This record gives sequence, structure tokens and C-alpha cells, in this order.
Amino acid sequence: MMELNTQRMEDFKARQKYLVAFVGIAFLLIFGHLWYLQVIKGSEYRRLSENNRIRIRENPADRGMLLDRRGRVLAHNRPSFEVFLVPEDLKTNPEVLTRVSEMLDLDPEEIRNRVEGPKRRPAFQPVKIRSDIDWNELARLEFNRVHLPGLIVDVRPRRTYNYGDLASHLIGYLGEMDESELKQTKDFQYRMGVLVGKYGVEHRWEADLKGVDGGRQIEVDTLGRESRPLRSVDPVPGNNLILTIDLDLQRVAEEAFQDKSGALVAMDPRNGRILAMVSKPSFDPNLFAKSISPQEWKSLMENPRHPLQNRVIQGQYPPGSVFKIITAIAGLESGIITPNTQITCTGVYPYGNRDFRCWKEGGHGTVSLHRALVESCDIFFYQVGLKVGVDLIARYANEFGLGRPTGIYLAHEKPGIVPSTSWKKKRSGAPWYSGETLSLAVGQGYISTTPLQLVMLISAIANGGRFYLPQVVERVENVYGTVLEEYPPIEKGRADVSEETLRIVREALMGAVNEPHGTGWACALSEVKVAGKTGTAQVITLPQNFKKGDMDRMPLKFRDHAWFVAFAPFEAPRISIAVLVEHGGFGATAAAPIAKKVIEKYLSIESESAPKIAGRTVESKLHD
Amino acid sequence: MIDRRLFTHFDWTLFGIVLSLASIGILNLYSATYRGDVAGTPLYLKQILWLAIGLAAMITVAFIEYRFYSDFAYLFYSISLILLVVVLGYGIITSGAQRWVRIGSISFQPSEFVKLSFIVAMARFFRRPPGREGYSLRDLPLPFLLLILPMGLILKQPNLGTSIIILLIFCSILVFVRVRWKTLLTMALAGGAIVPLSWNFLKDYQKRRIITFFNPDLDPLGAGYHLIQSKIAVGSGGIIGKGFMNGTQCRLGFLPEQQTDFVFSALGEEWGLIGSLVVVGLYFGLILWGLRIALQSKDRFGAILSFGVVAMLFWHIFINIGMVLGMMPVVGIPLPLLSYGGSFMLSTLIGMGFLLNVSMRRFLF
Repeated sequence: MMELNTQRMEDFKARQKYLVAFVGIAFLLIFGHLWYLQVIKGSEYRRLSENNRIRIRENPADRGMLLDRRGRVLAHNRPSFEVFLVPEDLKTNPEVLTRVSEMLDLDPEEIRNRVEGPKRRPAFQPVKIRSDIDWNELARLEFNRVHLPGLIVDVRPRRTYNYGDLASHLIGYLGEMDESELKQTKDFQYRMGVLVGKYGVEHRWEADLKGVDGGRQIEVDTLGRESRPLRSVDPVPGNNLILTIDLDLQRVAEEAFQDKSGALVAMDPRNGRILAMVSKPSFDPNLFAKSISPQEWKSLMENPRHPLQNRVIQGQYPPGSVFKIITAIAGLESGIITPNTQITCTGVYPYGNRDFRCWKEGGHGTVSLHRALVESCDIFFYQVGLKVGVDLIARYANEFGLGRPTGIYLAHEKPGIVPSTSWKKKRSGAPWYSGETLSLAVGQGYISTTPLQLVMLISAIANGGRFYLPQVVERVENVYGTVLEEYPPIEKGRADVSEETLRIVREALMGAVNEPHGTGWACALSEVKVAGKTGTAQVITLPQNFKKGDMDRMPLKFRDHAWFVAFAPFEAPRISIAVLVEHGGFGATAAAPIAKKVIEKYLSIESESAPKIAGRTVESKLHD
Repeated sequence: MIDRRLFTHFDWTLFGIVLSLASIGILNLYSATYRGDVAGTPLYLKQILWLAIGLAAMITVAFIEYRFYSDFAYLFYSISLILLVVVLGYGIITSGAQRWVRIGSISFQPSEFVKLSFIVAMARFFRRPPGREGYSLRDLPLPFLLLILPMGLILKQPNLGTSIIILLIFCSILVFVRVRWKTLLTMALAGGAIVPLSWNFLKDYQKRRIITFFNPDLDPLGAGYHLIQSKIAVGSGGIIGKGFMNGTQCRLGFLPEQQTDFVFSALGEEWGLIGSLVVVGLYFGLILWGLRIALQSKDRFGAILSFGVVAMLFWHIFINIGMVLGMMPVVGIPLPLLSYGGSFMLSTLIGMGFLLNVSMRRFLF
């Protein structure tokens, strides 16, 4: 051990008198203050404490509104009258509880349970017993106010969604902050039971929307009635969000689904803005805003059709024939096929010990790439897939953003799966079988994608391979309309694919909608040319002897999912869209008509709001 | 290894003061947190457990020759610094700050132990005596580094209270070890210049938080409200107090954090001026006795070590009581031996162990 160092100890001694004096003064200060509070002001404070009169009344901030891209209100707040009781005041006037329960037609036992709730709550903190009372109830309470000490009726902003379940998955919902969230947050404003965004835009833009709560420090009389405000802090309302979706378009899209389950997402391929986002079945976020009942929550959670899931970003489905776009690009880019490569389809392709079938019985005859995409010939792509190989297909799938989240600013986005030899090795340890390549080439088997990923894919095809980050909020404004934050388009990258390849694919997709025998005929419009691709995703492996007509006799849950992806107008795409109808059967008949309605609507909206658009086209023409 | 003479020199005065304060603390905590039949272990029982563990730690620390701490000072310091980094990475977030680390079923606050390892490291550094005039700025880069690392990490949690305590311990030790007056003056001026400059770099909400920190009245729904209620509690105690278990402010939940930072207001309410003065007097005695130990130490390390502990105690006591009485900004700093909290009890008692250690060896070396 080190030696003791005893040099210069006198330095310390020299400090002694200063230190003692310093400490002495400090303690003298404490003593003086104690004397002042307890002796001089003692009786005053004693009186104040006798029936502690100083209370806090909250004044929560208005949550920011949600508006569509043309400024129409989707979510706002309306005043709601809420009833509170102060537990401590009830002790002296227990009859208040029964009287209030009669007036509001509530079970007194239930109120008692609420009021007596957790023991550690301060006794003077008001407990909410009923929210959103109607005018009659309000009148009854106010009329008797004088005889009801301990009763507080306060106006609070209540979240209201004007169109019910419209775009509910995008908008999201509110919920009471629970204990674990409260522990996680670093924001001091939150308390238990406060409503916060739990899902969708309400969740992700919580910080912008919430505003700053205010309140009053008030003095109350012995009966708990407010007698004198002491100090107050005004609430600061939250900021408004202007979303990218269009109310009219969203409405048409929602209605087109009728009662089917599925998803739709429409995007402006030029900037990544989401124009409509539908996930069906949906839910009514108004249920959550009035604090959802356990039964309602349970029925939403346990519904086998999963209404709370946003299928656009969370639903992962095999892309079916839509994936042939990727297989075609992989073939062209690798030089393994050319636009003139011809393959004969007889309707069956024997491979290994299995017969792989084309969807069209009897086959397509001899087809080249263009016709194979137009008529969605399976046999053609089986063979292209085999030649190209799984890993090259996977490479181009990744090139177009499949297999990873798109990065949209919404929670719980799923990445989907793009299988490859290494992926399979890691997952099951088994090698990749070439038979599985056949399935992959036509978008079946392990591969899965979200509707958002497919709209990104088709947008990139429409847009020369460019990817824009999908965005749902255009800008943030404060209550006075000052723009606080704008979300400009963000180009995320460009698929490494030649312009020529993209042109060939685009032509074929246009043919699929507009040429004879094209599978996407149901989406053809007279005014503009639409380009699109159908897809049918198998839910189960079908038996070898399965006939086309058998699908309608299958139980619903085993029926195929129907896909349709498209962009329009063909020459200068302004909208791209992906539609999925769960268990809808064929993409051509189930999904394409929905896409058609939405595209039609969008183009008519655009021509309606002509002045703005016209200005833009003129400008762009000048630049061209 | 343990010298029999140690027992004859055991500092019973210090031990007695500590034990008295801790007993008052338990009693006060019992009253302040009494809630009738609430499930779970009552806080005062947990506190008794922590007190027992703390006393054992204190005795252990006291009987290990303190040159051992000197030898491993920087090691202790590094370990506690690593723990602080762990907190920021894996710590548990409670009420807005990330201060706790969980090991098994026990969670503790590394920042509490950093205070001690910082004191030990400072004592180790200033063990080497200064030149004729005292330490100059050239001698001080290492102490500054020793200060800035933990302070930055603790501020990041965020834990303003503990960072302030560490800063104050640092300043106190600089005054104690004799840094040249000119150097001290330069540093004070530099510090005074940095504050307004950095003000401009703060965001609006940060500025607001600091302003309300110095003027709680500007936050009438938060800190301002708490302060009023705390003053009402202490003031309403009057001279003789409302009596044990009779504090209405406390019982009705008007006091914020009545078991930790505002525990003194519960004491003031129930025991009045008389009770408050007994406790304040005991603290005063503790500080003076601690100073005596520091000044009677036979070597530099022992003196600085015990002085550091005294400084830590003093600032905790002064700022906490000052806050409760409304003479100081509302900083979250607990009151030694009275506030509830395992890590804090443990770190306080280990500090007392250092004091006992130096005290009983003053005749041996």
C-alpha cells in the first residue's frame, strides 16, 4: 500500500474557521426560515391546512385536427361535459353520491368503486364518474349544483372523427395511457389515464397533436365549490395535420369494397404521397375516444377478420402473378431472355415428379414476354424462373423494395419475405429445391408482400424505377394556419434496371388492361390508358385435379386472394394503386373493378380542381 | 488484520448521531406513508431492511484500512462510470428519467455510488500536495475530467439534482485543498461567462424548465403548487406540531413525493418547530463532527476523503431542507437518512463508513 502523505496538512487547518462559519450561516438560515414559517406564519398556514382550500383544476389542450389534403376536417374535438366527484368532499356529504347516481341513472355501487379506487390517489383529486352527459343531465346537475358539494362538471375536448370508420387504420385511435407507457415516457406532461394516440397517425404524430395542457390553481370554499382563482395557465392547442389522403377518393375506395375484407393503397408515384389507404374490415375510432368498454375492445380483438390490423402495411400475402413483373425484369436484365424469346404453353409443365399447371386450361400456345405478361401465362414464367434462378429473382425483388419495410412513418409495418437459397438455409437448414423456384417465379410459395410494397413496386415501374418514401402527412400547421413543418417528397433511391426493360414491362402492363385477352380488362377506362397486373395468391396448395370452377364451392377461408396493381394514365402516371381482396378469387374479377373505380374518381377529381392542375401542366410542358 | 485498538477508538458519537437520525427517519416514514390496509410491503419496512444492509456496509467499509480505497480509487471510479453508461443503455425509465439499473430483482441508482467513487478519486488525486502557493490551473485537468464524465452522464438521464451535488462536492473540495485564490477566481469568472453563453444554445422548453426551476411560481400547476403545499405543511406544524400520524397535509396527499424529496415537510407538520430543530440540530452536529474528523486526520487522503463526504452530506441537507421551506429552487435531492430510497440510504451509510474509518484511525497512523 502507498505511504501516507502528511505534507501540507496545515492547508486544511487554515480553512477550518471559514468552513465552520459557512456551515453555521447555512444552518442559521434554515433555522430562520423554520421560525418564519412555523412561528410567525404558523397560524395562517394552520388555517390554510385545516381544510386545504387550494386545488388544481385541469384544463386540457385541444388536440390538433386531422384534415385531408384539400383541408376537409377528418378529426377534431367537440366539447363534452364530464362529471367528477371529489372523494374527500363526499366523506362529509355521503348523500351526494346517491343523488348524483339517481340524476345520471348510474349504479351507486359502481360510482363508489371508482371514487374509492386506488388508495394512493390524493383525496382531493377529482375522479371522473361519467363523461359526455347530454343536455338534460347537464341541466339537472346544474340546477341542483348548490346542494351537491364535491360535484364538478367540467367541459373537456372530446375527439371526434367526422366520418366514422373512414381511413380508420391510417388515422388510428386514442387510448388511455397505461402505467407501463407512463413509465417509458420522458414527457412530464402525461399522467395516468390521459388519452394519447395509440395507433396510426394519432400515435406517430402524438407530439405534434397533443398541445400543452393548462389548468387553474383555485381556492375552494368549505363545500368544495370554487371561490377564487389564484393562478391559471392557458392550454396551448395541438397542431393540425394536413394528411395526403383525399377524402372523396378515400370514400370511393372504401365503398368499392362493400363488405369484403382486403386492402387498398393509392399513391402519387411522382412523390410518394398516399392518396387513399383502406383496410377492411375497419373500426370506428370514435369508440376509443369515449374510452372503449371492455366488451367492445374484446369483440374487436377477437374478431376473426382482425379489424384492428392495417392490412396495407401489416398484411403479408403472396403477390401471385403480380410478381411476374419481377421475374420478367430479372430475365430481361440478366439477358437470359429477350423480348422475342418464345416459349410454348400447353397448359401443363411437368417438372420433377409434379405437373405444374397454367391457370388457363389447354394453355396459351407459343408466347413471347409481352403476351405472357398480358395473358399472365404461368408456364412461360416457370421456365424463365428456372433459367434465371432463385437468387437472381430475389436480387431484383430486393431491388424493388420487397422483403423490407418501405419506411412509411406508421408503426408495426411488416417487411414481407423474399426467399433465396441463403434465406431458406438460415430458416430451415434445408437446401433450396428447384421446384420451389417455379412457385416463386409466379409469386407463390414462401414469398410474401404487403399491399404497400406492391404499390411501391408499381410506382417504381411507372416512374422510371424511382422510389419515393411513402408519406401520409403533407404538413403540420399550428391553429393559426402557420406552416410549422412540411414533408417534401423524399427520393429513397432508384432500382438498378435499364429504362428499356421498364419500357417493355410498362407496355406489357398496358396491354394486360387494354389488349384482347388481357387479364386486367376489368380496369380499362375509355378516357385514359391504364396499365396494370392481376394476381391471384393461393391460400392453400390446391390438389392436382383441381378444376377452375371448383373455387366457388370452396369454403371462403380457403379461397384465393385477389390482387390488382395499376398505374394511370399510361403516358404520364399520376396515380398508382394496389388492391387486395382477401379470398376474392381471381384478381381480374374481384380486385380490378375496385381499382378502376378509384382511378376513375381520382382522374375526375383532378380535372375538377382544374385551375391548379392546369397551371402545373402548363408549367411542366414549358420545361419539357 | 483488524487492530484491537480500532474498537477502543470507535467513533461512538458519529455512530450515535447516524443511528438517531435513521430511527427518526423510519418513524417519520411510517407516519408519512401510512395508508391503512394497503397490500404490499410498507415502505418503512423496506427502509428498515435497507438501513440494516446499510449499517452492515458501513461497518465493513469502516474496518478496511482506508489506504486500500486510495490504492483502488480510480478502479472504483471507472466501475461506477461504466455503470452510468449501462444506465443510459439499459436502464429502467421511471417518471421521465432513466436512472435505475436492475440486477436480478434488485434495482439501484448508480448515480448514488458515483458520488462516493468521485470523492475517493478526488481524494486520491489531491493526496499529492500542491506547490507553495497551492494548486494552479495546470494541476487541475484531471480533476476536471473526473468531474465532467459522471456529470455529463448523469445530466443525460436526466438527473439534475445529483449532477448539482457532484458539482458542489467538486467546488467544495477545491476550496478545501487550497487551490490558489487567483485560480479559483478565474474559474468562477469562466463559469459565470459560460452560463449566459450556453443559454442561447438551449431550446425554448429547456429554458422554460430552468426558469421555473428558479421561480416555481411560474409553474402554478406543478412545482409552484407543490411548493405552496409543502410550505403549508411545515408552517401549519407550528411550534409543537400536529402530532405523530396527525399531519393532514401528508395524509390527504397534498404533499408531493412525501416519502422522498419532501419527507421533511411531513416531519415539520407533525413535529413542529421543536421536532424540526431536533433534526436540524442533529444534522448540524453531524456536519461539525465530520469536519472535525477531516481536520484531525493524520494524512491528506483521509482528510480529503472525509471532507468530501461531509460536503456531500451538507449540500444534500442544505438544498433539500431549503427546497422544502421554499428558500431554494425545487431540485430533486433527497434528505440523508430521512428520505426513502435504498440506493441513497446505502450510499449515505457507506459515506458514514468512510468517516468512521478515518475517525478511528486518527491515532493509529
